[in-house]
Amino acid sequence: MSQTNRISGGQIDRSKSLRFTFDGVTYSGHAGDTLASALLANGVRLMGRSFKYHRPRGPISAGSEEPNALVELRSGARQEPNTRATVVELFDGLVAQSQNRWPSLSFDAMAINDRFNTFFTAGFYYKTFMWPAAFWEKVYEPIIRRAAGLGSLSRLEDPDDYDKGFLHCDLLVIGAGPSGLMAALTAGRAGLRVILADEDFRMGGRLNAETLGVGDQSGADWAAGVVAELASLPNVRMMPRTTVYGAFDHGIYGAVERVSDHLPVPMAGKPRQTAWRIYTKRAILAAGAIERPIPFENNDRPGIMLAGALRAYANRWGVAAGRRVAVFTNNDDGLRTATDLQVKGVDVVAVIDTRSGGPLLAGIRHLQGAEVIDSRGRLGLTEITVRSAKGAVETLRVEALGVSGGWNPNVSLTSHHRSRPIWRDDLAAFVPASDAPAGLIPVGAAMGDLSTHAALRGGAEAAAQVVADLGHGSARYDLPKAEDAPVAITPHWYVKSDKGRAWIDQQNDVTVKDVKLAHQENFTSVEHLKRYTTLGMATDQGKTGNVLGMAVMAELTGKSIPQTGTTIYRPPYTPVSLGALGGRSRGKDFKPFRLTPSHKWASEQGAIFVEVGMWLRTQWLPRKGETEWRQSVDREVLATRKSVGICDVTTLGKIDIQGTDAGAFLDRVYANTFSTLAVGKCRYGLMLREDGMVFDDGTTARMGPSEYVMTTTTANAVTVFRHLEYCRQCLWPDLDVQIISTTEAWAQYSVAGPNARKLLQKIVDQDISDAAFPYMGAGEITVGGLRARLFRISFSGELAYEIAVPTRYGDAMIRALVEAGREFDAVVYGTEALGVMRIEKGHVAGNALNGQSTALNMGLGKMVSRKKDAIGVLMSQRTELVREDGLRLVGVKPVNPAEPLKAGSHFLKTGAAATAEHDDGWLTSMVYSPHLGHHIALGYLKNGTARIGERMRAVNLLAGTDTEIEIVSPHFIDPEGERLRA
Amino acid sequence: MPDLVLKPLTALGHDAPLTESLGPWTLTERADVALASLAPRRGRAEDVARIAAAAGIALPSPAMSAMGAVFGSFWMTPEMWMIEAPFDSHSDIRAHLLGLFGDAASITEQTDAWVRFDLSGENLPHLFEKLANFDLATAPEGAATRTVIEHMGCYLVKRSATQVTIYGGRSSAQSLHHALKLAAQAQA
Amino acid sequence: MIINHPILGPRDAQEFVYLGDAALIDRPDGLTAGNEAFHDYVYLRDNPAGVHRELWYHEQGDRSWLVVTRNTVTHEITGVELARDVARSRGRSK
Repeated sequence: MSQTNRISGGQIDRSKSLRFTFDGVTYSGHAGDTLASALLANGVRLMGRSFKYHRPRGPISAGSEEPNALVELRSGARQEPNTRATVVELFDGLVAQSQNRWPSLSFDAMAINDRFNTFFTAGFYYKTFMWPAAFWEKVYEPIIRRAAGLGSLSRLEDPDDYDKGFLHCDLLVIGAGPSGLMAALTAGRAGLRVILADEDFRMGGRLNAETLGVGDQSGADWAAGVVAELASLPNVRMMPRTTVYGAFDHGIYGAVERVSDHLPVPMAGKPRQTAWRIYTKRAILAAGAIERPIPFENNDRPGIMLAGALRAYANRWGVAAGRRVAVFTNNDDGLRTATDLQVKGVDVVAVIDTRSGGPLLAGIRHLQGAEVIDSRGRLGLTEITVRSAKGAVETLRVEALGVSGGWNPNVSLTSHHRSRPIWRDDLAAFVPASDAPAGLIPVGAAMGDLSTHAALRGGAEAAAQVVADLGHGSARYDLPKAEDAPVAITPHWYVKSDKGRAWIDQQNDVTVKDVKLAHQENFTSVEHLKRYTTLGMATDQGKTGNVLGMAVMAELTGKSIPQTGTTIYRPPYTPVSLGALGGRSRGKDFKPFRLTPSHKWASEQGAIFVEVGMWLRTQWLPRKGETEWRQSVDREVLATRKSVGICDVTTLGKIDIQGTDAGAFLDRVYANTFSTLAVGKCRYGLMLREDGMVFDDGTTARMGPSEYVMTTTTANAVTVFRHLEYCRQCLWPDLDVQIISTTEAWAQYSVAGPNARKLLQKIVDQDISDAAFPYMGAGEITVGGLRARLFRISFSGELAYEIAVPTRYGDAMIRALVEAGREFDAVVYGTEALGVMRIEKGHVAGNALNGQSTALNMGLGKMVSRKKDAIGVLMSQRTELVREDGLRLVGVKPVNPAEPLKAGSHFLKTGAAATAEHDDGWLTSMVYSPHLGHHIALGYLKNGTARIGERMRAVNLLAGTDTEIEIVSPHFIDPEGERLRA
Repeated sequence: MPDLVLKPLTALGHDAPLTESLGPWTLTERADVALASLAPRRGRAEDVARIAAAAGIALPSPAMSAMGAVFGSFWMTPEMWMIEAPFDSHSDIRAHLLGLFGDAASITEQTDAWVRFDLSGENLPHLFEKLANFDLATAPEGAATRTVIEHMGCYLVKRSATQVTIYGGRSSAQSLHHALKLAAQAQA
Repeated sequence: MIINHPILGPRDAQEFVYLGDAALIDRPDGLTAGNEAFHDYVYLRDNPAGVHRELWYHEQGDRSWLVVTRNTVTHEITGVELARDVARSRGRSK
């Protein structure tokens, strides 16, 4: 099909033809076209179906405010729903589909909804689908979801990259129309660091869409000249295709740059879109104005559009949306559409002007005091019905109708901090209030200065003020000559009618009738109106409809518009894809990985890794022939207990604590005492929260008189450090304590088992006999002359050490340990075996440290020293927390050794019903103990210590298990600790 | 085992540090710098300043770094600096510093807590606008700051207009390297 | 938000971790204050719609704890102090 509606002029490159398809039909357009302008050029007006009634729809705008022309772009994994055809930059090979229709756009079976529109009025869902409640999830919701909604997802992973970034500037100018260009030029010439962002791919704003001149040039040529100058200034960054979507606190703006959306696929390595966080000293909002329609019966047919859009298609894109057109207006700006189109040779059948009196247009049939009262045309406009001032009704055959109900300053960003715009009667529109976000200065049409001259002046003056405010002296600027016509509007909010439907919000299918219904049911406040009718709740946020809805409500309630309320907007200004917000953080790049020093070796061995926070730790190391994880874990446990095992424990947090008050400091952050710890020894420490619950635990070693090394759990390394800084700075600011994390500076390995000493003695340079290096000893040693640290601590209950070397030697160290351990059949064990052994030994970890447990609950009550003031000690002694019959840590084993246990099971007395009032506690962690040959578990049991030997049940209603258990000591292995001290 | 010699690996897990071109920029992994933190003990700030001056260790003001003949340094927190020295001559940097400062300061070994990447080339701010919220373009030469790159806490030191040092956690060296590569691809 | 750090100047709030009411600085003495005082200290907070003094930690920065005076309605920040200085001014020492 040829471009039948292409007319002369416009800022398109006719030498470049671009082929594209829409619903499988191939068309051609030109470089500089949008999808909408190219389709209109090809005579295609029908581009979508409405949300609720599936009414045939075409574009009503030529910009991002578009509610109707939503299409799916591209195919396969790059398919993107709900894209506004009016802002899609045409490229060669573009594939677009209409959406929300079945089986085809011209015949949509769901259009049956339109026939039943009397049922589907506002509040329909609330009224209809409330009862019976059980129907909602199974019946109503699936049906509604299928029937409503917009485009569909491909359900394939998006193959493109998205990125984020940070920009800094003195001045961000939002919008590159006349006021934005003038602002950027004034500030840029004065040397400010300026960012000029515009959502369009061609800067110039309305200047590109009008025939109005600036200086002695056309507006578009002037804009192109300014854009070229700005691009040449090193202190100005030009960002076309960039939507500033949100104004955040203190001069931070969010913006999305569509880096590759205008290309078939992004260039290699380049993102599809970038989400920018822009730090500004000032911002100038030059976002222009958005035209609003005048609702009349059946005002939603393809071909009926905003007058300014009709004119933009003709002037910027060289497209006549129809060969016979009419204009329906209540203001002078609408008249421009008629004159511009007539100059372009389009047949302007009539101008229907709701105002009476005033000068008549020359050479055009200008009907004053008239209204458009209806339209016809199933899939596109064929005729309109006009009622004259005297009441005579006639029908006019037209293919397009431009409607202008006036212009709303684009205040969106000014209300992102909940500033409510204020009403101006002379403009019949809201303008930004003075409490717009600090540093954000609205200018030009966005401020209600709707003439070209006023826009240029507003932009220049605001920029000059910014230049002065930021200490860059006084900026000079020359204002080019431009039209300065006053706004001439007589509000005419909608065409009154008792029967059919007149659309206000075309995207959510909200009509004048719906607003009347809301009024009738007393949902008269703006907030209620919005929620009851869904007015303005679609993806366009009601850019064209909100003010109309309020105006209709104002009339119904007999109040003025400002009395009725205001409408405010929220970020994002236009929809932002989740991909852009996620940036690089997806898939395997969702978060960084932290690798342990033994990672390379473990990978070579085929280790299975587990994510612990950001760390990848060895979970177990399967050997040849092992097919089940339990085989590996059981082997690792048994070999460690029998001879020796090696485990990478680098991930535990390590904090260096120095200073003459380091001991006193530790006494206050730990429930037990550290100032009395001898140099060269370590001690298990218990850290409480101020409310008395256990926060973290670990061993801390005294390396010198004023030097300690604290270890934390892997999970709490960061929060413990934060807490220590809090204590140091906020609570005891004059203690002589300096702290720094050393977690990653040292590669640390646990060597545990009866042969641990023999193995290590082969590695270290010093004597580590029990006499030379006793239980809980700590100190600096050397390994082949290399500085290292040794701690004689155990988590497994075995004779054990932790040896630390500088991390760069960590890989060599694991290899040396394995090599030295060969004669002992040493194993390297992972986190699973670690967990088995700590439960066998009765150490709390993970699930038992649940933030609701005290030291007493854990069987560690005696560690809490009451002789000193430490965080949490006082609160841990509250009456309810020290009840004799409170929860205590116990061991659990199944009465039948063959039966497994389930973590999360609750303890119940034999015979008690499985209900909450019989709950006696719960099982926190369980493992299979290869040493004992059956499952074992730890748990919290009411009055547990006194109940050792009792038989009860462990019930897990989720898993459907009910197991007979015996309560035992939590120390399954070596309760006297003889192995540790061997 | 007196003859035991442990062979070091770089933070990226190789025998030798990596140097590579990332578009117009050059990335160099540096394994030849020893690090230790230095924090004066309470009431000993003047002692520390005097000893540091005598030893040629600058203690720069907040958010700044300094480079001396042997020692470099940058400000980390109120009353704490990171001291840099050549690894070959200062592989036990803490022992060196303890010898100088005695009990006037708390000194903590930090060498292997970090991976260091030096990035060089023209127009580094263009690269860093995809990495961190730090305004590299207007920062003075010598500026040092902690910041976040793709969720990873890092120190940035602007050595000159054409050279920036990044210190990131050693365990996430590969993730940091990956992030730098992707950003360079996008900005090249 | 931007927090104007007393040492480092304006920094993005993303670099900080929020704790809460700066009244936490006024921790009672655990040996002498008694349960009731501690109960109030641990659990009772004002929740003003308006000016609020609160603790922020520059975790991805210089590790300073700050007392930020912020209007919880408008997010306007009218004061930023080092928590250590505030603690000292409130009589805290060792």
